[in-house]
Amino acid sequence: MSEIIKEAEAARNKQGQHGADVDLDSFRRDAPAHGTDPDLTCLSDSEMEHLAGVGIVAAPQERAGSFILKDHSPVHCSMGQDGVELLSIKTALAKYGDLAEYWWKAVHPGTDKYTAQAALALDDGYFIRVRAGVKAALPVQACLFIGAEGLSQNIHNVVIAEAGSELHIITGCTTAPDLHRGLHVGVSEFYVQKGATVTSTMLHNWGDEIVVRPRTSVIVEEGATFMSNYVCLKSARSVQMDPLVRLVGPDAVTRLNTILVAAPGADFDVGGRVSLEAAGTRAEIISRTITTGGNIISRGLLTGHVPGAKAHLECSGLILADGGYIRAIPELDGRVAGVEMSHEAAVGRISQEEIEYLMARGLTENEASALIVRGFLNVKMEGLPRELADEIERIVEAFGKSVF
Amino acid sequence: MLLEISNLSVAVGDKEVLHGINLTIDQGETHVLFGKNGSGKTSLLMALMGFSNYRITGGQIRFKDQDITRMPINERARLGIGMSFQRPPTLRGVKTKDLIRTFGGRQEDREKEISGLNMATFMDRDINLGFSGGEIKKSELLQLILQDPELILLDEPESGVDLENIKIIGRSIKKLLQKHLRRQRTKSGLIITHTGLILNYLEADMGHLLLDGHIRCEGNPREMFETIQTAGYEECARCQR
Ligand SMILES: Nc1ncnc2c1ncn2[C@@H]1O[C@H](COP(=O)(O)OP(=O)(O)O)[C@@H](O)[C@H]1O
Ligand SMILES: [Mg+2]
Repeated sequence: MSEIIKEAEAARNKQGQHGADVDLDSFRRDAPAHGTDPDLTCLSDSEMEHLAGVGIVAAPQERAGSFILKDHSPVHCSMGQDGVELLSIKTALAKYGDLAEYWWKAVHPGTDKYTAQAALALDDGYFIRVRAGVKAALPVQACLFIGAEGLSQNIHNVVIAEAGSELHIITGCTTAPDLHRGLHVGVSEFYVQKGATVTSTMLHNWGDEIVVRPRTSVIVEEGATFMSNYVCLKSARSVQMDPLVRLVGPDAVTRLNTILVAAPGADFDVGGRVSLEAAGTRAEIISRTITTGGNIISRGLLTGHVPGAKAHLECSGLILADGGYIRAIPELDGRVAGVEMSHEAAVGRISQEEIEYLMARGLTENEASALIVRGFLNVKMEGLPRELADEIERIVEAFGKSVF
Repeated sequence: MLLEISNLSVAVGDKEVLHGINLTIDQGETHVLFGKNGSGKTSLLMALMGFSNYRITGGQIRFKDQDITRMPINERARLGIGMSFQRPPTLRGVKTKDLIRTFGGRQEDREKEISGLNMATFMDRDINLGFSGGEIKKSELLQLILQDPELILLDEPESGVDLENIKIIGRSIKKLLQKHLRRQRTKSGLIITHTGLILNYLEADMGHLLLDGHIRCEGNPREMFETIQTAGYEECARCQR
């Protein structure tokens, strides 16, 4: 533990590599205390409705596990399937000897001031472990909720999918409907062991002055698969993240999907990095971004270390209104002969030809534009439970209707 | 007159591609447009539909006694003009069924038309993404059938279509143009064809030859096609001089 603290101490004032610098001290650290809520009754109907918008359901029987963190308190934690373990991270640390094999092993505490803060002032987080060969029949859901004005929330999550297991995690990040300002720092470490499959779907519905600094690393072993779906169609003040997926075992596979919309005032610097370190590894990064007046930097980095590694990167941006920008920064870093990596990037407006084609079928210009924007955001996300796919479709449709 | 095109000139970019076209189509009539590649056939249909890349630099289009020269595309569609495109765009992420749904009408009627053209498996695919030439034509035709316009503009509906599908397409077009009706026929068509194959499925009333942006010949479509086939486009154009 002391090494971790030392590394973090040294990085206390280290700015992040990307994104605007955040004054950590301008956020409150004194969170109101919340009692536990085993039956999910303390959340009001309107709060529950709010959570439904980020994929969190009030019926624990529809999930293999449910975890709700409100401000700094784990208010709810329930499990529903043998072999699928879900605990608050503090409980897990106490129970499993500090999780020595996994704690800060994928993310370095000294990365920047945000990881340092998470290491030095941990609030809580979730621990999920799926035992070898167990296939979670239903997704595990985790909700990270900020309800107190001006609060900073330091989260650390650890997810372990043992050999041959399957897990789908839905993480819903949101703030109280009337909340203005807050900071969410989230360290997440994923260990996807031999032959396991993990799908991580994150839905976001932040308040418009929320600052978000996730720090995620994923280690994917032989024959294992990690899929990520990041959806943020409602605004935030500033989001900067650049998760790293390391494909360390032969034939490991990953696909990172991002769809996001930046409204006026929003600043997104989001990307994904995949490091292909073993034979037969495959990666795909797909990002579809839209600005209606906010700023977006869309990054992607593929690093190929071994011959035969195959990867593709796609960054597409649509500018629907002036006032902001979209910068697509796809990078390919090939270290040996025999890597196959490619990228396509496009930033522009909706094609007039496509709009007019639909108008020729009788749609108005607005109807046509909304349909095309929906299609643009309609990235294929595999393995989503039906109602979650429907929810995402509903959010996308509502967005399409709201801008035209 | 259902459609009256008078002295119509159209430019694509800085280049004028149609020069003073005159053409009229009456209710219930089917007309055929012949012409070499690049002579301006597609441009004429796109201008009739109102596409912004095809700028009208002179003349007038009247449809159902209204001047539609400057009318937005969707209003022309509402008024009863529909088109099957030679090369429609690909709409990534937009499912074919999403567009099909916008046509209204009864679900079972839509499904009947979809299965009639063997298009059921295309409903969940992105519009035109990876469709073969023939599949594009069928998808276009399906949309037109559901849209049910009064003036049907078909841009090379049979090119790239195999022999089995050409039957399906030929029969569908015949039905779309109400060829089974005689007196009460309300549908009219303007069809671009190179192969003339479509003439095996339906009787056309009038042919027009377009060369270098001018109408060079008008007459019986079968005779014109014979001449083009045996002696070439130039010979067909000569007949009127
Ligand atoms: N989008 C375009 N950009 C530039 N030139 C075009 C465009 N569309 C058509 N043209 C030109 O206009 C002329 C007529 O084309 P088109 O109407 O497509 O002919 P057709 O359908 O008879 O083969 C051609 O010379 C063609 O190259
Ligand atoms: Mg053409």
